[in-house]
Parts: sequence; structure tokens; C-alpha cells
Amino acid sequence: MSKEPIYLEKIQRSLVGRYRAERAFRGCGMLAVSLGLAAVLLVFVDIFIKGTGAFSATYIALDVTYEKDLLGIENLADQRQVNSGDWEALYKQALRRDFPDIRKRGERRKLYALVSSAAGYDIKDRLLANPGLLGSKETLWILADDDIDSYYKSWLDGNAYTARLTDGQIRVLDTLINTERMQLHFNANFLTRGDSREPEQAGIWGAVIGSFLTLMLTLVLSFPVGIAAAVYLEEFAPKNKVTDFIEVNINNLAAVPSIIFGLLGLAIFINLFQIPRSIPVVGGLVLAVMTLPTIIITSRAAIKSVPPSIREAALGMGASRNQMVLHHVLPLALPGMLTGAIIGMARALGETAPLLMIGMVAFIVDIPAGFMDPATVLPVQIFLWADSPERAFIEKTSAAIMVLLGFLVTMNISAVWLRKRLERRW
Amino acid sequence: MHANNLLLLLLAFAAAAFYVGRGRANHIAKLAGGSRQLHSLPDYHGHYTALCCGLPAVLLLILWIIFSGHVISAMVLDSLPAGQFLGDPGGRELLANKIANIAQGVLPKANQPAILVAAAEELNRLTQISRWSVTALASCVSLVGLIWARSRITPELQSRPRVEASIKYALFFCACVAVFTTFGIIFSVLFESLQFFQSVPVVDFIFGLEWSPQTAIRDDQVGSSGSFGAVPLFVGTLLVSAVAMVVAVPIGLMSAIFLGEYAHKSVRAYAKPALEVLAGIPTVVYGFFAALTVAPFLRDLGQGYGFSVSSESALAAGLVMGVMIIPFISSLSDDVITAVPQSLRDGSLAMGATHSETVIRVVIPAALPGIVAGIMLAISRAIGETMIVVMASGLAANMTFNPLDSVTTVTVQIVTLLTGDQEFDSPKTLAAFALGLVLFLITLILNIIALKVVKRFREQYE
Repeated sequence: MSKEPIYLEKIQRSLVGRYRAERAFRGCGMLAVSLGLAAVLLVFVDIFIKGTGAFSATYIALDVTYEKDLLGIENLADQRQVNSGDWEALYKQALRRDFPDIRKRGERRKLYALVSSAAGYDIKDRLLANPGLLGSKETLWILADDDIDSYYKSWLDGNAYTARLTDGQIRVLDTLINTERMQLHFNANFLTRGDSREPEQAGIWGAVIGSFLTLMLTLVLSFPVGIAAAVYLEEFAPKNKVTDFIEVNINNLAAVPSIIFGLLGLAIFINLFQIPRSIPVVGGLVLAVMTLPTIIITSRAAIKSVPPSIREAALGMGASRNQMVLHHVLPLALPGMLTGAIIGMARALGETAPLLMIGMVAFIVDIPAGFMDPATVLPVQIFLWADSPERAFIEKTSAAIMVLLGFLVTMNISAVWLRKRLERRW
Repeated sequence: MHANNLLLLLLAFAAAAFYVGRGRANHIAKLAGGSRQLHSLPDYHGHYTALCCGLPAVLLLILWIIFSGHVISAMVLDSLPAGQFLGDPGGRELLANKIANIAQGVLPKANQPAILVAAAEELNRLTQISRWSVTALASCVSLVGLIWARSRITPELQSRPRVEASIKYALFFCACVAVFTTFGIIFSVLFESLQFFQSVPVVDFIFGLEWSPQTAIRDDQVGSSGSFGAVPLFVGTLLVSAVAMVVAVPIGLMSAIFLGEYAHKSVRAYAKPALEVLAGIPTVVYGFFAALTVAPFLRDLGQGYGFSVSSESALAAGLVMGVMIIPFISSLSDDVITAVPQSLRDGSLAMGATHSETVIRVVIPAALPGIVAGIMLAISRAIGETMIVVMASGLAANMTFNPLDSVTTVTVQIVTLLTGDQEFDSPKTLAAFALGLVLFLITLILNIIALKVVKRFREQYE
């Protein structure tokens, strides 16, 4: 009895420390969550800051005269003349006229290099679309080279980036800027063209189409098979060793590193079945095999969530097991399965490693027209650009990431929406 | 006829067979006095007829697709005089490819030896014959099937159980695709690895301390010893994964505890999905972030304090990989922490323990097996992660435990060895498969143990 006050005092004294520990622990938890959220924010903001520039491109205003002699073209309807026409001469002449004091050959070449090497084709397209312009003169906004683009954008930010540019070129650029003949326009090339070695001409459309074709195939292959497997395992499978073995396999496949699926694709699809490399068919097959376990697992969960009373009612009315599943369980489980499929597709869309193994890293300029055309996909395009040494590709890479993240966010939001909209709570 | 068109034709036949069968069943039902006299509904008779019509023909077509090419090219090669291909199997394959290219017009006929042009024409002729014969045969088979099934339709025919049984077999086949995939992985990785181990002994591979896979093309070439000791890769992988776990485990675990035990419901409702966004970001994005933002930042930071940090340091890759794994650990731990019964917490709080003491001394010990399993799954994911390390860590196989140095990992080496052109008989390419085998086995073992632990743990409370 007499010891009690001492204990009480001891406890009282210890309370300060214990409460401090409590607060510290709580603070640690808060810190951890904040760090995680800060990481999310940091990644998004970093990509956003680096990438927004790529949606605009630098253009230079040049007074182009469509001279027949210079082009070597008499008749625009003649395909051979059009193909052999010297389209680059037009902008070269305009540049020479604007900067007559640049005469040395080397300096002239530097002058021409200010304009993108695709400018000739742009002028050609412009003239072919408006044949009446032949012989006349007009002011055209012409795509600038990527170094100029970097220079102009950094100049706008107040900290001009001059690497790789000569003093002469910078003088020319300053003249152009001061006479307001250099402007940022919306970069349509980025969204409509295929890949290119020249950053200012490189676009993501080829990769977007490649991703689309690949994912279509993935969905067509993995969704029906996944649902069928889930239905079998949930509704038909007897409880025996075979079923157990299948389940163990599915669970393990879901956790196998994705690069291993790339090895599978390389050894089986390409080496054994002799399917050509780099085509969406092979990519779709590999991604289908990879997403299959995810789809089976989510579909099983969706089937499980259908209450047994539905099954019993159907069976009680004299339906066979097949009829019960096809007419009652599947329609009710479908929203959940669709959600799972969308999430699986989102994961497949962001997957890169297995596609590197099966040759989808090739440099492909053309936009794929079908499942058998060589193609690349969006994440692989990002990987390829991230590897490129040109500074302008950093911007392109970030912008491509923004597009990819845009697709992923859309898919995930639609999955959530679908779940909220269609899923029933029993 | 081309295989795709033939497949469409057969499907059309099957669709027609459905209507024929159903019509026949309806007709018989009318004669017998209403569809109640039939054992199965008319639709099932239709499906039955369609199956009899389509299935054998499609199977035949599949067999033809698999075998016809090989058979025809073998026939063409055998018709050539023996001297053309030196007897070795590689030359035979090369010649077959060449003939096929001439036949398809990829190689111009003009400057090829006459004997090959003749062989190409023979190839085209045989292909034509085989195409027409398979078209005729498959059509015959499907028609015979249709007629046979139609003639069998009687009120007593039990088509429903037959159709349902075939559906069940189809479902079972789909479920087995996962098993085929596993076998496919094991077969492809193991087969190539065994070939690799014929040229490089297993012991040298697993315990060797030097990794330089460039094999010499010429004998006098410098720096291409072609040694395949994988220990530096294992060390590098471990180092990067360790850095990742040092980041991910505390942050992931503490977030799970905070969100599960302390945070207000509304905070949890927003913070949890926001954290899980990290899991949805593609790894290539993390790789870019690591290589272009984190690595230069760390290098500059190190310079400021007088450390030399490699611009491809294991630290940068590990840090970013850790960030990627945070939601993985936090959601797995959250599941097990919320599964701990409330009565345990109430008991501890009632004894006068503070909230943090309850969490540390009661909740975590109770949830420990689940947390450990989650961490093991996370480690297996870190080991198998590819893009971040491919983009942010180096290629040089350094044996070091210093996270500021550049290291290389198993996955990086697989990617570098296998991207670009490769021939399948060089040890350099096969080494990638051996590394893949090691990776597969390690992750498999980690996963199996983790799943076992999770399973055992769940049984305690349910």
C-alpha cells in the first residue's frame, strides 16, 4: 500500500516521455505519407515543366518566292518534275536574300542549318496543295532546326542556351528575333508524325498507333481467355490437384518479372514460331500472356462477388450449370471484369521491358498501318528518346510521357467510373 | 485459298450449320408434337451441328498451318542435288530461306542460279497445290460433319450435355493457358541456359567474379575476354534493391500505419489513392526521372560536399525504385494491419498503453508475418524491375557495395545482351537466358515463400 504513491509518481514522470514518443511516432507517420505524396507531386511537376515546351515549336518567317527556274519545275502535275525539284532551294534563296552579307560557303551552310531539314517537304506540300502559287511570292512560317528551337525557348526564359551554335548563327537569330520573324507556334508535327532522328520533326503518332494496335490484340487475346479461365476455376473446376496446380501457376505468373515474358516471347514466338520481330502481333502476344493472370484474378473476384442466391435460383428453376453461368452469373459479373480488363490494359500500355526483348525498339519512321507492320509503342518511344543525346529530345520525351500519363489517367478514371456506375452492391 | 480466308469460310459454314441444325430440330419437333418432345432445345441441336461441322475442319486447318510449310520446304530441298548445301543443318536452313525469298519475289530472280529459281518455282507450285487441297479437304470435312450431325438429330438426341461438355473443355483449355505459359517460360529459359552451360560451366557462372560478355571476334582483340562470372551482377542487383528497400520499407510501412491507425477517414480517402498513383506510373517514366532529374541532382549534391558520385549511381536508381515500391508495401501492409482484430487494440489501450505503444507492441507483431510477406514480394519486384535500372544505372560490372558508384544489374545485362541483332548460338546471347533463369528462380522462390506466409497468417484470424 505504501509503495503506491511511488509507482504513481513513476508513471506520472514517465508519461511525459511516453507522450513525446507518441507524438514523434505520429509525426513519423505523417512525414512518411507526406514524403510519398511529395514524390507523386515531384514526378508530375518535373515531367510537366520539362515537357510543356514540346507542344510548341519555333518557326521562322521567310519570304519564299516559288520560282520555276529555281525549282526546276514547269508543270506541277508532272510527278517526275515534282520529285526531282530542288525544294530546299526556295528557303535557301529566301535566307540568302535576308542575309546578303553572309557570303562564305561555310557560313552559308551554317545559315541554311537554321531551318529544319524537313522544311523543303513542307514547302512542297504547301505548293502542291495550292498550285496557283507557282511563280508568286509569300511569307511562310518555316520550321526551325531543333538547336534553334532550344535557343529560342531558352532565350524566352531569359537564359539563352547557345551550345552547338556559332557566333554568326546567333547574330542571325538575334536579327530574326528583333524583327519578330521568329515565333512559337503549336507543334502539330509532334502529334501527327512518326519518329525521326531530327528532334523538331519527331512525333508520337506512330508510337500511339503502334500502342493502339498492340493493345487491341492484347485485349482480344487475353480478355476472352481470362474470363473463360476465371469461369472455369470459379464455377466448374473440381477440387483436385489439377485445379490446385493451375491456381498456383496463375498466382506465380502474376508475380513473375515482366522481362521474363520478354524472354518467353523471344524464345517461343520469334525463335520457334518464326513470327517476324518488331510487329504488333508479337507485342500483343507477349503482353496478352503477361496480363492474363491479372485479368483472371480480377475476373475471379468479380464472379465471386455474385451472390450464391442467384446461382441457386437459376439452378432451382431447372437451368443447367452452363445456362446458370451464361445467363445469370456472367452478365452480373461483367462490369467487374471490364474494370479488371481496363486496369490490365493500362498496365500493358505502360509496359516496356518485355517489348525491348522482341525487337520493338527498332527505329521506325513510318506510321504502322496494320498488325504486321513494324511498329514501336509509346513507352518504348519514350525509352528511345530518353537515350538520344540531343537536348531537344528531353523535351520531347517529357511531352511523350505526358501523353502516356494522359492515356493512363483516362483509362483508370474510366475504370473507376465504370465500377461506380455498373457494379452492384449485394 | 489463304489460311485466314479459309478460317472465315469455315466459320461461315459453322454459322450456317447452326441454322440448319436448329431448323431440322424445329421440324422434327413439329412432327413429334411440340418442342417439349425434344431432349434438348432446338438451339442446342443447332450448336451441336455447328460444332460437328466446324471443329474437325478448324483442327485440320491448324495442323496444316503448323506442318505444311516445313513439309513443303523439306520436299523442295530434297529435290535439289545434294551438293548444293554442304550437308550441315545451318546451310540447309539458309538455303530454304533463300528459296522462300526468291519465291516471294523479295530477292530478284534475275541474278540467282537457275537451279534455285527452279526450286522457288517448285515451292510456289507445291504451296498452291497444298492450299487448294486443304481448302477442298476442310470444306469436305465440314460438309460431312454437317450432314452427319443433321442426320443424327432425333427427339432423343442429347445435344445439350454434349455442347455443354465441349464448352467445359474449352474453358478448361483456357484455364490451362497459364500452365502452358509457365511451361513455356521454363522451357525457353531452361533450354537456352543448358546450351549456355555447355560452353560456360555452371560454377564459373554462379561464382565467377568477372563479367565481360563481349566475346572476341578476332583472336588478337583487346578487352574481350568473354568471361561470364555473374557475381558482380548479383551484387549490383542486391545493392540497388537494398537502397530501394531502405527507402520503401520505412515510408511504406509508416504510411500504412498512419493511414490505417491515425488518419481521419477523409484524409485516408484521398491520401491512399494518391499514394497508389505511384504504382500506376509506368516504369519507363521512373527511369527517365531517375536518369535526368535524380541522378544529376545527386551528382551535383555530392560535388557540393566533396563526394564523387557517379552519374549512373546505384543510389539514384535505388531511390527512385524505392519510391515506386512505396505503394506496394503500404497497400500490402495496410491489408494486414486492418485485418488485426480490433479487440487486440482495445485490450492494449485498456491496459493504459498509448496509441503508438499499441501499434508497436501489439498490432505490428500480430501483423508481422503479413508485413514480412509483403516485403518479400516487394524485394522480388525490386530484383525483377528493369526499366529504371536500364535507364539510370550503368553497364560496367563493378564489384562494389558503395551506392555512390555505378553498378549493373541482372536485368540490365539481359536487356543489353538481347537488344539489337543477335544469333542464338553465341554464348553472349545465351548468357541472357541463363541470367533470366536465375532471375526467374529467385523471384519464384520469394513469391512462393511469401504466398505461403500470407496464407498461414490469414488462417489465424478467420
